[in-house]
Amino acid sequence: MEKLIAGKTVQVNEEGYLTNFNEWNKEIGEALALEAQVALTPKHWELINYIQTEVKNESPLSIRKIGKSGVVDIKEFYVLFPNAPLKTATKIAGVPKPASCI
Amino acid sequence: MSEYNGEIRKMMIILSKASIENVYAAFVLANGARMEGIEAEMFFTFFGLEAVHNKKLDHLHVATVGNPAMHMPTMLGGLPGMEALATSMMKKEMEKLDMPEVREFLEILKASGVKLWACKLAMEMFHYEKADMFPELDGVLTVGDFYKQATGIGAHMLFI
Repeated sequence: MEKLIAGKTVQVNEEGYLTNFNEWNKEIGEALALEAQVALTPKHWELINYIQTEVKNESPLSIRKIGKSGVVDIKEFYVLFPNAPLKTATKIAGVPKPASCI
Repeated sequence: MSEYNGEIRKMMIILSKASIENVYAAFVLANGARMEGIEAEMFFTFFGLEAVHNKKLDHLHVATVGNPAMHMPTMLGGLPGMEALATSMMKKEMEKLDMPEVREFLEILKASGVKLWACKLAMEMFHYEKADMFPELDGVLTVGDFYKQATGIGAHMLFI
């Protein structure tokens, strides 16, 4: 389905995740963060960049992996994104929701 | 079903067994709750206490006897070394799935905001002290205190 985010019409799935990463830009990331009630700091952006790089390299994401990313530890991850961190961070980053249980 | 549309807001998970498959099931459920933005607390009782006993938690085993899903004759499952073999096989498979060891998993749960409680009665039964337990254990509670922790709308309780 289509959704207007930050003045741009993009394709999203039923949960609001972008289905085409090429349509993502920083403004869309900021608008999605606002929707998720997350105020983005440079640390958030560092993590979003990390997530995008990992997804580009087809490396599966998990909470454990974020904890070993060198960007944040798990505690800090939950501080940055208090509500469902992995789901929220990936949505803002414009990448698919990870199908991970851990 | 009116409040929050019946949404789960908090999972209270009671672990009463220490075979590794049960421990992991409980840990994955608690961690999975936090990943969804659901609160989670765990209560370790009876043999479940071994999963938070500092000297025992690194040495938990798969149950090879009395476990029909092992597809192994009970007599065979009871042979010396069989539990260790099944355990090391299972650990290898879990590592492939990026599943952490028990201690690291406990650390992940704590970092994710899961509360870990030991059952007072079981602690007394096994003669364990708080000092014997995983250092980040939140405390030792009576059953009544644990129920009180579950106060609120959308709290669910699960016994493993």
